[in-house]
Amino acid sequence: MNEEKLLAHEVLVTRKSEAVRWVREAIGRFAQPGVNWGRKFSLFQYPFVTACCGMEYMAVMGPRYDLARFGAEFPRFSPRQADLLWIVGTISHKQAPILRRVYEQMAEPKWVIAFGVCASTGGFYDNYATVQGADRVIPVDVYIPGCPPRPEQVLDGLMLLQEKIQREHGRVMT
Amino acid sequence: MAQVILELLARKLGDAIVETSKELGNETAMVKRERLVDVAEFLRHDPEIALNLPIDCTCVDWLGHRVPRFDVVYHLYSVGKGHRLRIKVRVPEEDPTCPSLTPIWPGLNWHEREAWDLYGNRFVGHPNLKRILMYEEFEGHPLRKDYPVDGRQPLVEMRPVREVATQRNPPANILNKP
Repeated sequence: MNEEKLLAHEVLVTRKSEAVRWVREAIGRFAQPGVNWGRKFSLFQYPFVTACCGMEYMAVMGPRYDLARFGAEFPRFSPRQADLLWIVGTISHKQAPILRRVYEQMAEPKWVIAFGVCASTGGFYDNYATVQGADRVIPVDVYIPGCPPRPEQVLDGLMLLQEKIQREHGRVMT
Repeated sequence: MAQVILELLARKLGDAIVETSKELGNETAMVKRERLVDVAEFLRHDPEIALNLPIDCTCVDWLGHRVPRFDVVYHLYSVGKGHRLRIKVRVPEEDPTCPSLTPIWPGLNWHEREAWDLYGNRFVGHPNLKRILMYEEFEGHPLRKDYPVDGRQPLVEMRPVREVATQRNPPANILNKP
């Protein structure tokens, strides 16, 4: 009885590649929530700190507004070992190629948080030297406004990113 | 206290000074460009004046307001005596050079590089006059008044981002404030 229902819905294919793809997709759909859960609670961060927001970042990492309790414990100062890029502070045009290179060196899956208004939109530096937001150089997932943002804002931003990671689909292998 | 400086300066090197002023407690001496090094050496080595700490070197662009166009401004302080002096030099646009005071006060090294980078004022005799704040590929001198306000020279190709609100495109008046 059940087999008949299955035959009507799921197409039993004869070509091997399509069968493999179907199986992988099914595993992916099955495993995705668990994989996302694992990823969101073990973010290895790369704090790309350039300016004053770094002070607030340090405060967030400190014991009072503990970032480690969200799983984002260890700052990995190598892009090869990190999966979350925190852009903390102003990005100048001189710094933009460096940021681009760091982002390209990170392996998938990777996410980016723009910390502070300078990283989000250029802040109040609308001039010849400042990139108007880090998203002009690399794609950004979460923007945390503030100059500098309160640590509670930062934690809220991180939780937003965690919800975004949990909602991902089709991304088991990368 | 700094009155001493201006008097001694006027007595010793009066022909090098164009004008002096004491507005708001800031003693200022306007110096001729060709006598700048003499004045600087005197200010450093004279035991009564002894201005040994250079505070700043910067430039002012008077485009449209005044000819000669540039003013190079030095701020000096004496650690032993505690008095300050401001030196101004008028620099014309056709020849934006000025003798470097880095051999006398080595602390002016980076300040003169910044003035070159941002204003284009060349300091003759500087040991390493190259850009310090902007990158080498940058063309022009951004703090000059004829550099466009929205002039950008990106090094990396900028991703297309929809500009929601900018200086040219101010945000909508949603609260109906006048």
